[in-house]
Amino acid sequence: MTLGGLLSAPPAIVAAGVDVFSDALRAQGADVHDVDWRPPGFGDPADLAALALDPRRNAANRVAVERIMSAGSQLVDVRPAREVIGLQDRTLLHSGPPLTWETASGPMRGALIGACLFEGWATDVEDAERILAAGEITLDPCHHHRTVGPMAGVTSPSMWMWCLKDPVHGGQAFCNLNEGLGKVLRMGAFNDEVQTRLAWMRDVLGPVLQKAVRGSIDAGNDPLDVKSVLAQMLQMGDEGHNRNRAGSLMTLRELSPSIVAVEGVPSSDIAAVLAFIGGNEHFFLNLGMPTAKLALDAARGIPGSSMLTVMSRNGTEFGIQTAGTGDRWFTGPANTPVGLFLGDYGPDDANPDIGDSAIMETYGIGGFAMAAAPAIVRFVGGTVPDALATTERMYQVTLAENPAMAIPIMGFRGSPTGIDVLKVARTGWLPQINTGMAGRVAGTGQVGAGLVQPPQVCFEQALVALAEETRTA
Amino acid sequence: MALRSGVYADSVKLMQVSRDVAAADGVTAVLVAMATPLNLELAANMGLSPDEPTSPEQLLIAVRAEDDAALAGALAAVDAALAARERSAGSAQAIPQRTIGAGLGELEGSALAIVSVPGQYAVAEAADAIAAGRSVLVFSDGVPVEHEVALKRAAHDAGVLVMGPDCGTAIVSGVALGFANVVRPGPVGLVAASGTGAQQISCLLDMAGVGVSHVLGVGGRDLKEEVGGLATLDALAALDADEATERVLLVSKPPAASVAAAVEEFAGGLSVPVRSAVLSPETPDLTAAVEGLLADMGHDVPVWPSRPGPAESAVPGAVLKGLYSGGTLADETMLLAAPALGDIRSNTPLEPELDLGTDLSASGHVVIDFGDDALTVGRAHPMIDPTLRLEALDALARSGEPAVLLMDVVLGYGADPDPAGALVPALTAAREQAALPVVIALIGTEGDPQGWSRQADALAAAGAAVFSSNAAATRYALDLLGAVA
Repeated sequence: MTLGGLLSAPPAIVAAGVDVFSDALRAQGADVHDVDWRPPGFGDPADLAALALDPRRNAANRVAVERIMSAGSQLVDVRPAREVIGLQDRTLLHSGPPLTWETASGPMRGALIGACLFEGWATDVEDAERILAAGEITLDPCHHHRTVGPMAGVTSPSMWMWCLKDPVHGGQAFCNLNEGLGKVLRMGAFNDEVQTRLAWMRDVLGPVLQKAVRGSIDAGNDPLDVKSVLAQMLQMGDEGHNRNRAGSLMTLRELSPSIVAVEGVPSSDIAAVLAFIGGNEHFFLNLGMPTAKLALDAARGIPGSSMLTVMSRNGTEFGIQTAGTGDRWFTGPANTPVGLFLGDYGPDDANPDIGDSAIMETYGIGGFAMAAAPAIVRFVGGTVPDALATTERMYQVTLAENPAMAIPIMGFRGSPTGIDVLKVARTGWLPQINTGMAGRVAGTGQVGAGLVQPPQVCFEQALVALAEETRTA
Repeated sequence: MALRSGVYADSVKLMQVSRDVAAADGVTAVLVAMATPLNLELAANMGLSPDEPTSPEQLLIAVRAEDDAALAGALAAVDAALAARERSAGSAQAIPQRTIGAGLGELEGSALAIVSVPGQYAVAEAADAIAAGRSVLVFSDGVPVEHEVALKRAAHDAGVLVMGPDCGTAIVSGVALGFANVVRPGPVGLVAASGTGAQQISCLLDMAGVGVSHVLGVGGRDLKEEVGGLATLDALAALDADEATERVLLVSKPPAASVAAAVEEFAGGLSVPVRSAVLSPETPDLTAAVEGLLADMGHDVPVWPSRPGPAESAVPGAVLKGLYSGGTLADETMLLAAPALGDIRSNTPLEPELDLGTDLSASGHVVIDFGDDALTVGRAHPMIDPTLRLEALDALARSGEPAVLLMDVVLGYGADPDPAGALVPALTAAREQAALPVVIALIGTEGDPQGWSRQADALAAAGAAVFSSNAAATRYALDLLGAVA
């Protein structure tokens, strides 16, 4: 036993606690590093100790985060939800943890109403509200179907979905197509403009994208490597959640040749498809999210791991899941984002946090890669140093740095990846999420964008459950 | 309402400008945005539609104000906000590292963690160090014993050492950690389940001209049944593998017999010779253990430095009052004195029935360990904060009970920078009040920041007899009591 060279030369000292020893060490000329230790932000000391001492934890967390980082993401198809995940009539998927019509917030209700109208299950808004309130429509979280959806995340059988595959672990993940900004279903709007766009996406965009994606693969090309687009975006000022400009343009570049090559479609439709994609700077988000979902699903079900696999919100509650506790949700009331507002909307118009898109932060980008997208930090009146500080802080709540997701301004350091419940508890630093803000009232649409954190209570529950699991393991 | 061409700012910047300008007095609505269809719709909703054709490359500035002055002010504010430069990007503000894991993550090469956070939280910090493949000294007390066992098992598997919990003394590759003395480097390695025991031994070795390679603390519970010597065995193995260490001395308070046997058997299988300085009724004397080691090494045993006290006559019938800061030294004193004096009561008694309880001013032969956990809750260790000991000294002088006072004073890093400075006036006052012979075990070296001789001279001038060996000090006190050790 050589203690890692400890007895061969004077060691550097890292000290947590009272600094009286550090002063004496400095007086001896020792290399001393004091950490700014604080009592844990939350958690029963016995639970924290149980996790810290779980002999499985380090290895389990290493496996979990390695699965995240090794997962790939290929765009292999575009298909309606009815076919892809067998979504039945009168069933709607939504974002976040499980939800009922009674507890649904304004934008979630708006999106559910809009989807009922879109599917022709209701004749008008009142009819839609009636069947939803009567429980005639089954509601189920996207996450229960290997699916993610931004904002309300409402996905109905006729909506087309990106179909992504992880060639490393063999997983699949799905996400609907992004409608653009403003009055859109995912923000809770459901008027004629929304219905018209959804119908066009169903009748034109979806089929064209399917032919384009299939045509390219049939012609012997490799499927689009979505993870590679994500990695490049971070080099171009995007953080992959609230800023997807570069990613959307790169996707347009990648898809354009095969879209143009689609046969049997009027050139006006092709032009409309290209214009739609080019005009929507969040078009890529719905490809980025299932890429993150593939990676996090690969890390599911690892006993002893305290790493998050899901952070998600349904507009009422925030929910998380961990690799060590399977499909169990830990939920708490969603916070309302802080940020900037469109037009004369203000904080009173904003709905509490909503959407599966916090999968991006769970994956280690979005708010975690804030330093890659300094423009985003101004949503809360911050500065570039604030962006760097946010990412620096997130390194201390995560398990690894993902070399594939390098942040240029931080010397190409990998993004902070794999949120550890124990580290969140010990530092008291909750994950930082970048997000859009939907209007509180059904039908409003987007009112702004900003920053938000999960409610601490989710992490408190997860910590208790992980400690319980540890004790019975 | 204004439209400008050739001005571009991204939407976040413009939302920020809108918000800032809207906050001004007299301004009721503001939209500063690129004239995209979405933004035109927002403007229309605010009743601020432009009355001329627009293109998305143009900047739309729509303001409604209560009067012309407010409007002009708002437009000027928009211009100023658009022209404003953010302060230099610069580098990130330093984010403090909150955990041992974060601190170690930045370091390459040999590193040691020191954990002195409250005991209930120490385990996570120590586990960080083990996970990073680094040894850790846990100074914290109050760590549950099952946590100690789990940490030490994990450390063993990771090939590193947990020193502690409640480990206050170590010297690693010449770096003195916690309460340790400035001793010369040399061939003797110490494995110590006792802090002041290790200090006594390393100081005597230094006075004999023999240096130490390392002092590896293992925590006071390591040789108890529950822990089973986990860290002691690993520390012995590490010293066995260390080139600088030629001989090992193992120092501890009285251990569990089964553990002592297991350690002895393990030590016998090592190539480095291991000598025991483990206290027991049969081997009560740390100084004797040092002298035995010096003999093993073919070294002469020196005359241990001392300062004789004033020629005080024996006080037969008086009682022994030991006021200690070092637990092992207190144990050594009780073990040495008990055969001569009989029962000695204590807050850390040799036998449970001799427990003093909370009454520190009890009559009869008493030895108090002021460093015991129960007496350090909410206050610094008596090596740093002498308050409680000085109070006890004053109470003793006032009590009128005929007594011989025996104390330890520990020098070195971490200790009071001038213990004699506080003690001399108190001793002087006590001796004016009562005929109280004072005997002091002064544990330290000339190299210590306080200097052994400087402290010894000051204490002797106050009328104390000063010894560098606690065993010698105890025997001197027994002589004054007229007892035969």
